[in-house]
Amino acid sequence: MKNVLIALVVLTVLGAVFGMILAFAAKVFAVKKDPREEAIAGCLPGANCGGCGFPGCGGYAAAVVAGTAPVNACAAGGAAVAAKIAEIMGVAAGDSVKKIAAVRCTGCGVDFSKYNYEGVKDCLAASRLPGGGPLGCDYGCLGMGTCEKVCPFDAIHVKNGVAVVDEEKCKACGKCVDVCPRHIIALEPYKTRKHVAIPCSSQAKGAVVTKVCTNGCIGCSLCAKACPKEAITVENFLAKIDYDKCVGCGICATKCPRHLITVEEPAKPAVPVKPVEKAEPAPKAEVKVPETVEEVIETPAPTLLEATLTEPEVVQTAEAAATPVEGNPTSAQPQAVEEAPVPGSETEEAFKRLEEAVAAAGAVLKEEEKDEESADKE
Amino acid sequence: MNIQELLGIALGAILVNNFIFSQFLGICPFMGVSKSTDTATGMGLAVTFVMGLASAVCWPINRFILTSETLFPDGKNLAFMQTIVFILVIASLVQFIEMFLQKAMPSLYTALGVYLPLITTNCAVLGVVLQNTQSDYGFVSSLVYGVTGGLGFLLAIYLFAAVREKLEFAEVPKSFEGFPIALVTAGLLALCFGGFSGLSVFG
Repeated sequence: MKNVLIALVVLTVLGAVFGMILAFAAKVFAVKKDPREEAIAGCLPGANCGGCGFPGCGGYAAAVVAGTAPVNACAAGGAAVAAKIAEIMGVAAGDSVKKIAAVRCTGCGVDFSKYNYEGVKDCLAASRLPGGGPLGCDYGCLGMGTCEKVCPFDAIHVKNGVAVVDEEKCKACGKCVDVCPRHIIALEPYKTRKHVAIPCSSQAKGAVVTKVCTNGCIGCSLCAKACPKEAITVENFLAKIDYDKCVGCGICATKCPRHLITVEEPAKPAVPVKPVEKAEPAPKAEVKVPETVEEVIETPAPTLLEATLTEPEVVQTAEAAATPVEGNPTSAQPQAVEEAPVPGSETEEAFKRLEEAVAAAGAVLKEEEKDEESADKE
Repeated sequence: MNIQELLGIALGAILVNNFIFSQFLGICPFMGVSKSTDTATGMGLAVTFVMGLASAVCWPINRFILTSETLFPDGKNLAFMQTIVFILVIASLVQFIEMFLQKAMPSLYTALGVYLPLITTNCAVLGVVLQNTQSDYGFVSSLVYGVTGGLGFLLAIYLFAAVREKLEFAEVPKSFEGFPIALVTAGLLALCFGGFSGLSVFG
């Protein structure tokens, strides 16, 4: 009995002593932490992807409080997180455009290998071999999945020998961009409506490209000449899109002799190519567009509003193209049309029809979305 | 207490009786934090630090309270309470160190800080203090055994992490991917360290 009591007393006293030491230490060694830092860390995604350029989410939170990082630098969290952080810090968030990683290689599907590769399945290892790896093209995707291994969001996978980005999962943290030994992955602003891409990185001359790829960019400049917004430039035999200028009209995609340029739409119907040939639904579209835009804007759902905000632009361009060109030199759009390679009335009409067709397609899309929206509400 | 004896304890703790490969203590952080050599080194250093300090703190508590001859002249001492008291001591110690480092050495805190709370319940730390009392080590011997035991842990986890980094590139059968192949690797490494068993240093 006495032993038990002694044991209890000793343990209690030891516990009390250590407790007091810890309480004392907590006071003495207290580090003043800004409560905002914890609040910011709380609303960050917590994946520690490093996309902001700081070591982990905690590092970024500390940098925001210290004032050395912008509130919208979290690529993974996007606008929602930026808004929350801005609220905590009491500043305006500014725009943070959603970006995605884009692999600039289609992998064309034909085997042009220089030799058989029997080594470590890793792009870095393969790229150190003579000729920069077994792939025929010196600029293409090696397809050994180094980007796949490094992705913290499981958003990039090698399919049929080429890396493919899952646009839903991609948070644009840029890890794959850094790790790719061929530097063919880049961050592109992701437009929810239409995203035009030139998925090729080849800076080789056209004749070389045709030998090692079925659809690589040969630098023919047809797309650059066709673009009404002058958004495409060709440098080192490779066409590049300036996404600040691109409106997603898709004219370039129809001109490309290699069928390389893609115009992606989030919804199902493959729009830009088909209506161009027929150009029949255009008159219908002119009637429909204003109606639907108004109706859509009237609906209170903010996401729908945001999504449709880009749309009137296309409608406007369609209208601008429809107005007589010569009489209005101040507006930017007619200028672009004037500078088009063949300023004959035929091409003008072709543009008009094309843009109307695109607008029509947009209208159809919107209607579908609206239906879905209303269905959701019900 | 001569230098030879201490050297014997040190080599024994690092190679012959390596905490992971021959005593199988501290397997949790060994498996969990060994994906890359950087984190493994951080964890190993943190464990070394805490094991050394725990040995130094627990020895006087054991000697002057639990098995004190002046408090318990009839020999009915509190040796049976060693496990629970040592857990209490180690948990408080780790907490204290964390607070101290955060204030005094922020750079060391950012390097070790993530791993410190993990060590609170690490059986290698408890193991080292219990073995100190069971082997009747003096204060210096206890300290040496604690620090070198931690160094042994550091060696083991670093080697293992280096192997696992290479293992990433290996083409492993589907069912062996991830932890299974890591466990097989750990077993093979333990077999290598088995070669040291029976080695008597300065004996």
